[in-house]
Amino acid sequence: MRVYEVLFIVAPNIEESDIDTLVTQLSDVATNQGARVAKIDRMGRRRLAYPIGKFNDGHYVVFTIEGTGAEIAEIERRMRVTDAVIRYITIRIDEDLKRAEKFRARRAARAAAGAGSRRGRRAEPVLPIGNDDEESDEEEGEL
Amino acid sequence: MSSEQRDHGRRDDRGGRQGGQGGRRFIRARKSCRFCADKVDYIDYKDGRLLGSYIPERGKILPRRISGTCAPHQRMLATAIKRARNAAILPFTLD
Repeated sequence: MRVYEVLFIVAPNIEESDIDTLVTQLSDVATNQGARVAKIDRMGRRRLAYPIGKFNDGHYVVFTIEGTGAEIAEIERRMRVTDAVIRYITIRIDEDLKRAEKFRARRAARAAAGAGSRRGRRAEPVLPIGNDDEESDEEEGEL
Repeated sequence: MSSEQRDHGRRDDRGGRQGGQGGRRFIRARKSCRFCADKVDYIDYKDGRLLGSYIPERGKILPRRISGTCAPHQRMLATAIKRARNAAILPFTLD
């Protein structure tokens, strides 16, 4: 199962109620294809960093979709033919989330292992120069 | 002296003037990665305000020799900024 984040921008000249129908329409497309729409986030009207077409702002909507990937193709096709959607971006986030989870677990494990093992490192004499270099090495691996 | 020669090869912040022959030596405190300090595991591309602090006037990505960000976090940051640009959250260029 893959997790995707589909962000799309709706043109600012679209009525609020029309956005609602569009959002439900698109989420239905995903659901009909067998995916689960885990979250719908309406970020609201925001200023665009650069004009898209002739618009300077737009309504941002983010779907979090759990599915196989096939429904993403369909939802993207629908957005492409919908004039109200001026931009869409899909990113796959399950791998990133898994990675983040791993880091969190490792940090928790290290905290649980306690100060005992860490203390050995601290007790080393601190050299005035060149030492900061070594520390930065450790930070890189640690994240 | 020896410690300086040792770290010469892997110096990734070339902006520093450390190790110059003669003259003054600038020993700057090592900038630390903000994301490590905050224990950030995933940099969200939708967080325009956070990413905005890593793009200077021209809209380029701030190199890590300036910001002090660690390599893994700089990679995440770069991806996030590039995604944000496509989502019109960040500009491609500023002038």
